[in-house]
Amino acid sequence: MPFIELESLEKVFTVRVRGNAGLFRREKREVRAVDGISFAVERGEMVGYIGPNGAGKSTTIKMLTGILTPSGGRLRVAGIDPARERTRLAQRIGVVFGQRTTLWWDLPLKDSYRLMHRMYRIPDARFRENLDRCVELLELGELLDVPVRQLSLGQRMRGDIAAALLHDPEVLYLDEPTIGLDVVSKARVREFLRDLNTSRGTTVLLTTHDLTDIEQLCSRVMVIDRGRLMYDGELSGLHAVGESERLLMVDLERELPPITDVPGARFVRSEGPRQWLAFPATTSAAPLVAAVAAKYPLLDLSVREPDIEAVIAKMYGGTREERRESLR
Amino acid sequence: MLRLYATVAAGGFRRHATYRVATAAGVFTNTVFGFVLSYTYIALWDERPQLGGYSVDDALAYVWIGQALITVCGMMGGGFEDELIERIRTGDIAVDLYRPADLQAWWFSAHAGRSAYQLLGRGVVPMAVGAFAFHFTLPSGPGGWLAFLVAVALGSTVGFAIWYLVAMSAFWLLDGQGVVQVAWLGGLFFSGMLLPLNVFPGALGEVARMLPWASLLQVPADVYLGKYVGWELAGAYAFQGCWALVLFGAGRAAQAAATRKVVVQGG
Ligand SMILES: Nc1ncnc2c1ncn2[C@@H]1O[C@H](COP(=O)(O)OP(=O)(O)O)[C@@H](O)[C@H]1O
Ligand SMILES: [Mg+2]
Repeated sequence: MPFIELESLEKVFTVRVRGNAGLFRREKREVRAVDGISFAVERGEMVGYIGPNGAGKSTTIKMLTGILTPSGGRLRVAGIDPARERTRLAQRIGVVFGQRTTLWWDLPLKDSYRLMHRMYRIPDARFRENLDRCVELLELGELLDVPVRQLSLGQRMRGDIAAALLHDPEVLYLDEPTIGLDVVSKARVREFLRDLNTSRGTTVLLTTHDLTDIEQLCSRVMVIDRGRLMYDGELSGLHAVGESERLLMVDLERELPPITDVPGARFVRSEGPRQWLAFPATTSAAPLVAAVAAKYPLLDLSVREPDIEAVIAKMYGGTREERRESLR
Repeated sequence: MLRLYATVAAGGFRRHATYRVATAAGVFTNTVFGFVLSYTYIALWDERPQLGGYSVDDALAYVWIGQALITVCGMMGGGFEDELIERIRTGDIAVDLYRPADLQAWWFSAHAGRSAYQLLGRGVVPMAVGAFAFHFTLPSGPGGWLAFLVAVALGSTVGFAIWYLVAMSAFWLLDGQGVVQVAWLGGLFFSGMLLPLNVFPGALGEVARMLPWASLLQVPADVYLGKYVGWELAGAYAFQGCWALVLFGAGRAAQAAATRKVVVQGG
């Protein structure tokens, strides 16, 4: 039996909008935040759950934790119906909401951990062992005595991840764990999650709109858009389906004619000594960079990943705006 | 579970203890208001001695008890409802809800810790200053103080229950400010913060003394002043206890309804 199982899951919100009829007349409108999603996740998997803003990612996570009741469909986590047995399930899951914190704002970080200790009734030895491990791997040692409000976003996020893991949850849900983090913090969080999944076998479901998170962590990715599951499979497959391209930006020593003689790359545009080349997201950048460096006086370069909006837009034809227009 | 809530209460205490400047400012404000109200009451009791059955010394004690308990019993706001409403409004309440703990018990524990701090940090000093400046009525011995503290604890519990119920409205209204303002006005008037409830004339006074807000200041003050003798004291506690139970129950019902249809905001 899969560890997480969704069958035609739905969540419909009724929102009141001010109608045209008058100041005090309000019309009800339905928002289908999650519109019939089915998937299964096995124990020990690490899955990326991606999609543009408003796609329904957070709503799905909230239903998985039991804090939102589905409007339709079926949902089981570890055989439990989350909305009905939220408290029982809570002992077995860990949750991190990137934009929110579970930590006590005005008190030192370690006070929040003492709270987790009591809340999840973690045996003392186990608690100390887990805390030591998190402190070491997430480099929290010097932060334990610092009030949470004084932590940087990256530090707070690491503190939150530790808080979600002290009771050895079988599954960890992360809703945008890297949002707003700097590159170094992102890398540290990703490394920790990879280790958690491989060495402890914790099932991880990760929501993000940063494709790099997925690339570095997840072999399986699910794409949702407007409440529907658009893709479920390997990341490479997503690029293939989306025919997405990455962008290579090169800074040359001086202004030169467009680079058109490097196989596999397509010239996009130039701006003085800076040029942009596109290449398929499924191929490696290394040989391309080598080929450019061999023929041109290269000073600097950077690679930009295709963003999810673009991939999805390509996958289903047209941009979001265009699709929206065509629906009218 | 009790250890969890004890930890939450301890956190509530220390959380507020970190704000020393706020505490000092609060003590200053309460003391200033204490003086202003004292001189007003002295003038009033000069005109009408034994008003509401209080001597002028009783009335002055009442003033300073009110200043000491203002944040403990939540006569003009429970002190936590703004935070709770804000969490509901922004959706941060999601974090509180997925925990294996009861929302109301959690916030009550935090409130208890905070109130204990407010009583020590903001209650004792104004009370002592007032006693020194005005020589008002004091309870008869340690037994009187103890009886008073029990009434304060019950009053603080009723105060929590009122403001919790107010905060729950935010699940439906999202903008809880209207309800908060009505509750604030009601609390100010019916708790006896402006004038003791036994000064209120006729039916208005009778009704006011039956409402839950009477538990916050009027009952603790009358216990302090030794107005209840023998079984009357048990009756006063029972009055507070009943309101605590009823309002806690209403808060639970609201919470259950809210979490059943939960509208947790935001992403
Ligand atoms: N409590 C709510 N009430 C009404 N609409 C909501 C609520 N929560 C989310 N939505 C709507 O549901 C859709 C999906 O939101 P969400 O799951 O937060 O998206 P994501 O996390 O993928 O950005 C959005 O259109 C959002 O406006
Ligand atoms: Mg979201």
